[in-house]
Amino acid sequence: MFYRETGQYKTTYAADRAIFPIRQDRVAMAILLMIAFVAIPLVANEYWLRSVLTPVLVFSLAAIGLNILTGYTGQLSLGTAAFMAVGAFAAYNLEVRVPEVPFLVSFVVAGLAAAGVGILFGLPSLRIKGFYLAVATLAAQFFIEWLFTHVPWFTNYSTSGVITAPPMTLLGFSFESAESRYLLTLCIVVVMAVMAKNMVRSELGRAWMAVRDMDIAAEAIGINLMKTKLTAFAVSSFYCGVAGALWAYVYLGTVEPQAFDVLRSFEILFMVIIGGLGSILGSFLGAGFIVLLPIFIANASGVFGDALSAETIAHLEFVIFGGLIIVFLVVEPLGLARLWQIVKEKLRLWPFPY
Amino acid sequence: MKREIGGGRPIAELENIHLSFGGLQALQDVSVAVKPRERLAIIGPNGAGKSSLFNIISGIYTPSSGTIRHKGEVRPSRMRPYEVARLGIARTFQNIALFSGMTALDNIMTGRNSLMRRGVLGEALQLPWARRQEIEHRRRAEEIIDFLEIPSVRRTPVGELPYGMQKRVELGRALAAEPELLLLDEPMAGMNLEEKEDMCRFILDVNEIHGTTLILVEHDMGVVMDISDRVAVFDYGRKIADSAPDDVRRDQAVIDAYLGTAHEH
Repeated sequence: MFYRETGQYKTTYAADRAIFPIRQDRVAMAILLMIAFVAIPLVANEYWLRSVLTPVLVFSLAAIGLNILTGYTGQLSLGTAAFMAVGAFAAYNLEVRVPEVPFLVSFVVAGLAAAGVGILFGLPSLRIKGFYLAVATLAAQFFIEWLFTHVPWFTNYSTSGVITAPPMTLLGFSFESAESRYLLTLCIVVVMAVMAKNMVRSELGRAWMAVRDMDIAAEAIGINLMKTKLTAFAVSSFYCGVAGALWAYVYLGTVEPQAFDVLRSFEILFMVIIGGLGSILGSFLGAGFIVLLPIFIANASGVFGDALSAETIAHLEFVIFGGLIIVFLVVEPLGLARLWQIVKEKLRLWPFPY
Repeated sequence: MKREIGGGRPIAELENIHLSFGGLQALQDVSVAVKPRERLAIIGPNGAGKSSLFNIISGIYTPSSGTIRHKGEVRPSRMRPYEVARLGIARTFQNIALFSGMTALDNIMTGRNSLMRRGVLGEALQLPWARRQEIEHRRRAEEIIDFLEIPSVRRTPVGELPYGMQKRVELGRALAAEPELLLLDEPMAGMNLEEKEDMCRFILDVNEIHGTTLILVEHDMGVVMDISDRVAVFDYGRKIADSAPDDVRRDQAVIDAYLGTAHEH
């Protein structure tokens, strides 16, 4: 009843290609941003800001990165965490060796370093597709993890192999509190998400999707497959690299290479699949789902009090988590983003669907 | 009204083309040329090498030997399909090859990608040039959508469209690239009479209004005889005839290989 586009005429192509062409969507988005930027920092406690919401945002960014590569361009990758590691270690090494560099600049450098490495490991995609490409990116995953573990230069000869991010200051302001770190992450993620949305609704995004859907036809219509695929690897890795730097600097503060192991890559792949392949919104939904679900399960099982041992609860968490993922994939293989779209389509007609 | 077919230099010219896959000779010593604004039909039984010829022109296959000329100039022996497309050669596929996850509009817009500028940062930030470019090309895409009479499906993912509509969208995607030479691989396949009539009208309009040169592979003899200026007949990888439709119809070799005769009862 309230979600209608009746009476909203689009008279220019510019209005027609807006990200949110319907007024209700724009209002909803504005409210959501207000909540994220104002209400949450005021209301949420330290634990939620630091250990739940910040990682959700960082994961969302990494999921956007993987979604560009896998969801939009159709190139399956299992090396996401490795590209995050490149970002984290690039930012760290730059700061350690050139302390004058502001941390925001080192985040950009982190992205660029990851993009370079991404292009390198994207080269096999010019010859191979699908599962074979996934195995090639797996090589990136293992190689980069090995490199950061075994070449002490990257960890600045730290004996434990753990890097500690230097403090972040900008114009005299130090990002120490949970609120400031959450807001910093939020700003970066919102800006980069908008940029990603802009790319996928432009010439670049159509080239990516054309390569995903039918690469022979894409090439026959004049799309340079090599350039397009490598651009996807570069942009995707840039997002992962920045996410990795945020992970090290903002979320944890200290990082070891094992934090970016293959399980992390799979975790982000699950986020993309559950959230929705080929959807920027889906990247957020998937990251939120995977991070929040275990917390809800843990809290929910608290209802049983002492009847369940801590061990049982931990196992139960895995069982429910795995079960829900399977149910989701069977019910809606296109993910949460598709579910949301269906809800919106139904809402347009509600309460008179005929 | 007699159409003016450009004289002189052919827009595309294949000379002594051989193509083999392992021991199989797909094309043997084939020479064929098409003049600007001409409508050339290629016919022949299955496996005669018609689609192979298209794949050679569009750069998907590299011939074992022979030369290809584009407007009189010899093309490099290995050209990627996207480079061929940028010469102004577009094509459709025998089994529709649309981008099934994208809308009809986005498919047609993708046809214009090769005419658009690529700048990752500019597109990410929607700098003025990127915004202007999207809108300019959108206008051209909408003209094609109007021409093909498919405005009502522009927002539909093409995977959900009926077959005849998909064929139109695929033609639209090829037209969006503003080709000088258009290769149509069985544009009428699987269509009913009305759909064929519509498709013929679109093809003839493209040829007459925009002066686009056409090469079409087609099995519907009525369509072929009606709309083409010249018919080339293939059999077992060889060209066995190449002349005006009426001459081809009477050619004994063509009748034996492909057309057949009405049986006397």
